[in-house]
Amino acid sequence: MKFGVIVFPGSNCDLDAYHLVRDVLKRDVEYIGYDRRKLGNFDVVILPGGFTYGDYLRSGALAARTPVIEALAGFANSGGLVLGICNGFQVLTEAGLLPGALCRNDSLQFRCRQGYVRVETNTLAFTGKAKNGDVLKMPVAHGDGSYYAPPELLRDLDDNGQVVFRYVDRDGRISEAANPNGSTANIAGIANRRGNVVGLMPHPERAGERALGSVDGLVLFRSLIGHLQDREVAGNG
Amino acid sequence: MAKVEVTLKKEVHDPQGTAVENSLRALGFDGVQRVRVGKYLELVLEAETFEEAAAKIEEMSRRLLSNPVIEDYDYSLQEVE
Repeated sequence: MKFGVIVFPGSNCDLDAYHLVRDVLKRDVEYIGYDRRKLGNFDVVILPGGFTYGDYLRSGALAARTPVIEALAGFANSGGLVLGICNGFQVLTEAGLLPGALCRNDSLQFRCRQGYVRVETNTLAFTGKAKNGDVLKMPVAHGDGSYYAPPELLRDLDDNGQVVFRYVDRDGRISEAANPNGSTANIAGIANRRGNVVGLMPHPERAGERALGSVDGLVLFRSLIGHLQDREVAGNG
Repeated sequence: MAKVEVTLKKEVHDPQGTAVENSLRALGFDGVQRVRVGKYLELVLEAETFEEAAAKIEEMSRRLLSNPVIEDYDYSLQEVE
């Protein structure tokens, strides 16, 4: 079982993701350079947060047009698991690997705070160890996190169970106050139709140790590990 | 030379535009009905014909300069020495 973390110029949460996988979860993890044309052998590829290429033009736009993302698209199309966190989520939407777009926060302010999301879909490899309705405490830190989907896409996302996380208060209630950026329908994270690519604005990798104020982010990574272990057992059986 | 304008689709909320609109009102410009903030890009490129230049600009606009989920684009072309 091997995790990869793609590192672009301007990535700044790559170390956090790498540290969590290696030191907290004790799993194999390797950095993947932005100039690579082939990914190599990975089970999960993480696109970390940051400000790739200065987020010039649009957040994630320039990173999304690099050869390594072309290789990532091949990986995703063959069923590989991809997790985009914050800027990584923006890159995935810009690359067309996830639907919709992330726009400027409605407050126009960079939001950096602890918050809560509710698990909406626990049938994915990313959420298998959570229950629908579980409330997870995770920080957000972004300026362009307002998820936008046109109405017909929004319906599709709901109908297909592609909304993975919504911003809620600590009791799991959807409210405007709990929404840090003006996202449509309080959407904090979504999956592609196939369910093997997930992006979210909050930072699960920064919520994996007690010293950081929350361990709620671990459920994503433990779900992925559980999913891969089940697959290995099934493969050997 | 190509002048490309990228604008948010009308159904996409534009908090920057609203902030600018409010500032204009605060300056006393009462007649302002609406402000939308977009992007303007100038590109100098080589092409044999206007048609060829237009085709290139179209493709660049679709593939990178705009995000078709939230933005529209428009452009004009002029010859430069």
